[in-house]
Amino acid sequence: MSIGVAGPDLSARMSSASPIPLAELPDGQWATVADIPVPQDRADHDLVLRLMELGFVPGERVRIVAEGLGRRDPLAVRVGRSTFALRHHEAALILVNVHP
Amino acid sequence: MTAAAPPVRIALLGNPNCGKTALFNLLTGSHQKVANYPGVTVERKEGWLRTPAGRRVQVLDLPGAYSLNAVSADEAVTRDVVTGHRDTLPDLLVCVADATNLRMHLRLVLEARALGLPLVVALNKSDRAEQLGIVVDADRLARELGVPVVRTVGVQAHGAQALLEQLDRPVPPRTAPTWKAPDVAEVLATQQRSHRIVEAVVQEPAVDADPSDRIDRVIMHPLWGLLILALVLFTTFIAVFSLGDLLAGFVDEGFAWLGEAVGRTMADGPLRGLLVEGIIGGVGGVLVFLPQILILFLFILALESSGYLPRAAFLLDKPMSGAGLSGRSFIPLLSSFACAIPGIMATRTITDQRDRLTTILIAPLMACSARIPVYTLLIAALFPGEPLTAALMMSGLYALGVVSAMAVAWVIKRRHRHDHVPLLMELPSYQWPDLRSLAIGLWERAVIFLRRVGTIILALTIVMWALYSTPSPWADRTATPLERSLAGELGRGLQHVFAPIGFNEHIAIALVPGMAAREVVVSALGTAYAMEGDEDEVSGRLTERIAREWSLATRLSLLLWMVFAPQCISTFVVVKRETGSWRQMWIMGGYLFALAYLASLVTYQLTTLLTAP
Repeated sequence: MSIGVAGPDLSARMSSASPIPLAELPDGQWATVADIPVPQDRADHDLVLRLMELGFVPGERVRIVAEGLGRRDPLAVRVGRSTFALRHHEAALILVNVHP
Repeated sequence: MTAAAPPVRIALLGNPNCGKTALFNLLTGSHQKVANYPGVTVERKEGWLRTPAGRRVQVLDLPGAYSLNAVSADEAVTRDVVTGHRDTLPDLLVCVADATNLRMHLRLVLEARALGLPLVVALNKSDRAEQLGIVVDADRLARELGVPVVRTVGVQAHGAQALLEQLDRPVPPRTAPTWKAPDVAEVLATQQRSHRIVEAVVQEPAVDADPSDRIDRVIMHPLWGLLILALVLFTTFIAVFSLGDLLAGFVDEGFAWLGEAVGRTMADGPLRGLLVEGIIGGVGGVLVFLPQILILFLFILALESSGYLPRAAFLLDKPMSGAGLSGRSFIPLLSSFACAIPGIMATRTITDQRDRLTTILIAPLMACSARIPVYTLLIAALFPGEPLTAALMMSGLYALGVVSAMAVAWVIKRRHRHDHVPLLMELPSYQWPDLRSLAIGLWERAVIFLRRVGTIILALTIVMWALYSTPSPWADRTATPLERSLAGELGRGLQHVFAPIGFNEHIAIALVPGMAAREVVVSALGTAYAMEGDEDEVSGRLTERIAREWSLATRLSLLLWMVFAPQCISTFVVVKRETGSWRQMWIMGGYLFALAYLASLVTYQLTTLLTAP
């Protein structure tokens, strides 16, 4: 995984304006999709394409509705008027700006 | 078609959960035909409707697709049909879009419009949109898209009127569709256009009236959610056993009455024997389980269409990953408790091929309803007059099936290194189940079951009756009629195989027809003990004989055998069809028989050792 770096600096980054991976968005917090970097890896490339088709595009409002029993895996994500279950891996591909 | 004319073939295209199936059911009613697309395990649903002008129109219900850029077998079929590479190209595409969620569904409409085929957009679930205060300007949408837009309500009696009227209008002659897989920039561009149109035509209330998010807070809560799931499953099984049992009693009495009536009116002879003991006794004994199967499916279909089952799959995703499966396997495995056949067919929704194969291989371990009669008979013989112990034992057998399935999945997973499998499962808004679709779904299940009873089980019953009635040419003249019959001969041969696991001659004979359909074991045992009457009566008296004549070790051994043994010809057939591989079919059969033999061997030998004087 290229982007999923959780750590003590999480709160610091959240207060600043820099985007965080959706996988690290706190439960129930609204955010806006900032960017979905297109990975080089073929499988992840197709995955990103599908995520975009499902509505995960820059500007969309997202929120974690529920967490699975694992460590934030899977995640139920509200995007627009839809809800999708995503694994941590998929959720880490999407960068979001947390709403203040 | 060369000139503009009303369409004679239409196809319904739409995202999963856009209410397309309900709309298809409303349009075609009972005029439906379900088959498979040749070469792939994707269901092809076709039907016909009559327009207000009285014309007959063929309707093809395409598999639900989020995009023409396919990632599953279902989506590939949809893409191939609308791009003219499979099936007949329709004269008109009806793009079904959920009016409550145009933001998501309009993208596919734009993708479909780019094909160049004549198109009409059906704004489905219009009633629900109204309830939620969502206003869609259909005229404006039609202008933006340049295609007709109609409002539909798939779950209302006259909800498709506007669409039907539209079908009498001429459509331009179709041209060859053009489509190529989009790249990231094109996907983003389409989404931007889609969002721009949605901003222009949709007005949403400031506060979302859809209670789904609030319900999800509870339903998908790690603690409350699991408790609710346990309660839902518990209620389902209670209903299957109590209500199903009650209804099964009526079916049973009906067949007892029929048997008696036929027995009275016909003269004694081989034909009466075949009809009363063979066909009515055997087939009736199996038909008794129809109510239980239908009640289980009623719960599954209702839970699925309400939007609950995907949430249950979400909750169970992590626990199931311990066994190397994902939440997607939950719905197929749940269906397998009714019958492995629809369960195995439901694995089509699992996009990962390895996960799908594993689920198919373990589905026969879920205690299907055909095991109920055998379990009931043997448990009654093990613990006569102890209902509590019997109930515990029954639950234990169900649990053993589940635990074994998880263990097998775990072993399969360990053998193959696994890449990351995405989940990407939609959790649709909660809604009340559509009664018409429930009824049609149940009817389909009933037909599948009745067809099986009318073919395989009927044929087997007749064969068994013939084996018991035909004397063997090699038999000792002094033996009993049963021992003298061909069936008796067969049983003696098989006993060598089954002696180490404690099966006597009678069990060995009963297992022969029981190989093709396990519920037949009970009626065959009944016949083996030379008894008449229908299955329930037989099992009453049979219980006493089993309790008296079989050792504890034998009774336990047969019980364990029934947990594992894949005694169902239809399961073999469906595994072959769904995997397209004889090898997988034999692997499934082989490992399950091996497990059954091993479990019975250990049980029999240990029990014999422990109970030895």
